[in-house]
Amino acid sequence: MRLFLRVLPTVAIVAALAAIWEAASHWFGVPDYIFPSLDSIFATMADQWQGTLASAAWTTTVEVLAGFALAFVVAVTLAAALHSSRTARNAVYPLLIGSQAVPIVVIAPVLTIIFGFTITPKLIVVALICFFPIVVNTVDGLASADPELLRVMRTLDGGKWASFRRVEAPAALPSMFSGLRIAATYAPIGAVFGEFAGSQNGLGYLMIQATPQLETSLVFAAIFLLTAEAIAGFLAVTAIERICCPWAREGKR
Amino acid sequence: MSVSVGSGQAGDGAGLLLREVTKRFGTTEAVAGVDLEVPPHGRLAIVGPSGCGKSTLLNMICGLDEPTGGTIEVLGATTAPQRLRRCAWMPQRDLLLPWRDVLGNAALALENRGVRRAAARRQVAPMAARFGLAGFEDKLPRELSGGMRQRVSFLRTLVAGKEVLLLDEPFGALDSITRGDLQQWLRGALDEEPRTVVLVTHDVEEALLLGRQVAVMSPRPGRIAVTFGVDPVLTEGSRREVLKRTEFTALRDTILSVLEAPAR
Repeated sequence: MRLFLRVLPTVAIVAALAAIWEAASHWFGVPDYIFPSLDSIFATMADQWQGTLASAAWTTTVEVLAGFALAFVVAVTLAAALHSSRTARNAVYPLLIGSQAVPIVVIAPVLTIIFGFTITPKLIVVALICFFPIVVNTVDGLASADPELLRVMRTLDGGKWASFRRVEAPAALPSMFSGLRIAATYAPIGAVFGEFAGSQNGLGYLMIQATPQLETSLVFAAIFLLTAEAIAGFLAVTAIERICCPWAREGKR
Repeated sequence: MSVSVGSGQAGDGAGLLLREVTKRFGTTEAVAGVDLEVPPHGRLAIVGPSGCGKSTLLNMICGLDEPTGGTIEVLGATTAPQRLRRCAWMPQRDLLLPWRDVLGNAALALENRGVRRAAARRQVAPMAARFGLAGFEDKLPRELSGGMRQRVSFLRTLVAGKEVLLLDEPFGALDSITRGDLQQWLRGALDEEPRTVVLVTHDVEEALLLGRQVAVMSPRPGRIAVTFGVDPVLTEGSRREVLKRTEFTALRDTILSVLEAPAR
């Protein structure tokens, strides 16, 4: 019942938008290849699920998960290194920020030239998009540990490693999960960029194939699936956070 | 005004010995020439107005900070890392780890020394019961009252097994009823497990209840104005009995008059 009440507003907004969409596409008689009606999109989704959409969604999901995992490992390791050394922080932080100014859309084809039509360039693009919010939030989280508490640790025979493990790392978790949530929402877009640059399957590949053939409802079906993946990723991260940091739940709505 | 140095056994085998200790932060002098002596298992309470350098003094004794000048000896140890090994420090805020339950917080020092988690918990469990925390062993700090959190914090400090306890306004953040309870309780706990204690407070009553010596610090730059010895007979019995005693109130009044005297 509580869950129902919580999702009710979202459901209401989605239903309203869907109704306007459906009404607009039918009343104004817009052809399906310009602005497909919702029912034609869902009809396409049902028709093309087997064989086309299912395997494309699976390919993209694998790219997203693998790229996200890669970003997670690299980002958290990097964050720990940046936290423990001021020199590393001063040296690497500007590079990190600079890396975000590199246009991914341009990098993706270059990566495809290097690695071919494999999963590798998609993985790298997803990781490139994901790792920045994770690094920044984890570094902030590690620095958020109470300095007086760290002094208490010194009087309790806690060395640097003990303080990191028992104080700084747990203190960083909520902040790290904020970064993971942002990353999880961006990851599917990264996979699509990677697929645009050259691929043989995936939702991005499907979109780029369907657009010139004016199969607009297939494009929208792919967009819906991609959206669902982003939402699922966000929810999954939130669920894992609840399991990992039950102590941080109070005061959060 | 009675001015006496409370310890009879000066020199030989001192617990804490401070000589001409000074601390400067930039151009501000926080602590100016403090001499103190606490015998082993002695209890010194330091009272003074806020900002007089009481906490700074504790941090230096502890070995968390080094003095700018002078020497500090803790059971013969003079360097900061050695002092750190002999001192446990409890600041005003309980600073419990929100992700660890009562036993987990109390066992922190043991785990830091390499004791396995489960073994460390087993070791502190009986102590938790004696500290009035029975039934709350696996509660998180946010599920506890302020007084309980402070008791967990004190338990954590004791479990570290240090000879010297440095308490920095341990009950300062609590309401007066809880504070009274905990003062009574701490007196019992310290009688049971005697340690060398330095307690910093701005509450004269608390200083007299818990200290065997009370040192009064003058405002910035901090120095010891006077030291009073507290006769153990004076603080015998329950907190309420003690507070009623005329000798007790007289001594409290004397100390308050020193505190209120214009800075010399």
